[in-house]
Amino acid sequence: MKQKNTPPKKPSLFFVNKGKEALFSKKNRALLSDPMDDNNPITVQVLGICSALAITVQLKPAIVMSISVVVVMAASNVIISLLRNLIPNRIRIIVQLVVVAAMVVLVDQVLKAYAYDVYKELSIFIGLIITNCIVMGRLEAFALANRPWASFLDGVGNAAGYGFILIVVAFFRELFGSGKLFGYQVVPDAIYEMGYENNGLMLLSPMALITVGIFIWIQRSRNRKLIEKN
Amino acid sequence: MESYINLFVKSIFIENMIFAYFLGMCSYLAVSKTVKTAVGLGFAVIFVLSITVPINFLLDTYLLKPGALTWLDSEYASIDLSFLSFIMFIAVIASMVQLVEMIVEKFAPALYGALGIFLPLIAVNCAILGGSLFMQQKDFGGVLESGVYGFGSGIGWFLAIIAIAAIREKITYSNVPAPLRGLGITFIITGLMAIGFMSFMGIKL
Repeated sequence: MKQKNTPPKKPSLFFVNKGKEALFSKKNRALLSDPMDDNNPITVQVLGICSALAITVQLKPAIVMSISVVVVMAASNVIISLLRNLIPNRIRIIVQLVVVAAMVVLVDQVLKAYAYDVYKELSIFIGLIITNCIVMGRLEAFALANRPWASFLDGVGNAAGYGFILIVVAFFRELFGSGKLFGYQVVPDAIYEMGYENNGLMLLSPMALITVGIFIWIQRSRNRKLIEKN
Repeated sequence: MESYINLFVKSIFIENMIFAYFLGMCSYLAVSKTVKTAVGLGFAVIFVLSITVPINFLLDTYLLKPGALTWLDSEYASIDLSFLSFIMFIAVIASMVQLVEMIVEKFAPALYGALGIFLPLIAVNCAILGGSLFMQQKDFGGVLESGVYGFGSGIGWFLAIIAIAAIREKITYSNVPAPLRGLGITFIITGLMAIGFMSFMGIKL
């Protein structure tokens, strides 16, 4: 990225590098890549399932939702991390909620202005990013104790891990449920003529849960250290 | 009267927070290991939902809606503050939760002991904010109506978490494939329960 090539002239507020740690050192890369599999927010940390499932009927809203969550998480993680020494411990939840809510309002207004049809489809789920447990969970667990740059990477990484699940689930639900991807038909007519039918059940909400359940099954049989003991 | 009962039944079964909208899933999955804790969290959710939805309804009607400020002066009829509703709602919810926590601690220490750790969790339960946002979408006619809606959706959530907690207590005795144990099987059971709840969908009230 840009910052990597141009070394900072003075240590600015955002990129305070104690010692010689590079911006994309191994540790920082791990912050980005861990949430994709070993520490996925949805399938391992059990965070943010609330809004993840209801909007995965089609790919397009799922992608818009993932991008919104990336923006909100990255921004609020950085803000809370900058403020972390100023926030009194007792009222930190309210402070966090207000910061997140302000970010969500921005995203909400941008979507309303530039992508109105998707905005209509997502309806209340944009607002529900505020109470998305991922955002609060990462603020509590990471941003309150770490530097802004690390928090930024953690926010992007976790939101990307969340978006990854969303997109996978939406891909299968749209493909099997209506034979389309992004609204374009991908299952050829010839197959329909042979007697193939769309599975309408995939479009209904319960199948989102079952798809995620199966996804967890596949992930854990591949990655055995994630298996829970009773 | 009849319309209130209709709304009540509808918000419990047909528009169940968990099985129809997946709201409040995080705490639903995290706190449903035993029935006892599930009951505690369920009661706390009923309590907070039936308080915050009517309060947010009043805020929405008299402060935020387009033209809501007409009661101050007819000049303000063109003001639309609805973009502030997320911040207002979440502030009301967070402060109500804090307030409820203090009141319960003072006047009902036994209940506080039982609900204790769950009350602060509720501020970030999506079902609570979801209740207020649905209330805004549904255009209710009065405070009572929105209160009935909040109470009903709380009860729906309560029923769902009790049911899954009871099932999870029993399922520890059965031989689930290792990778599915815990989270995976809970997801699939919830999916099956949601299919069951879909049978209420045809009911017209």
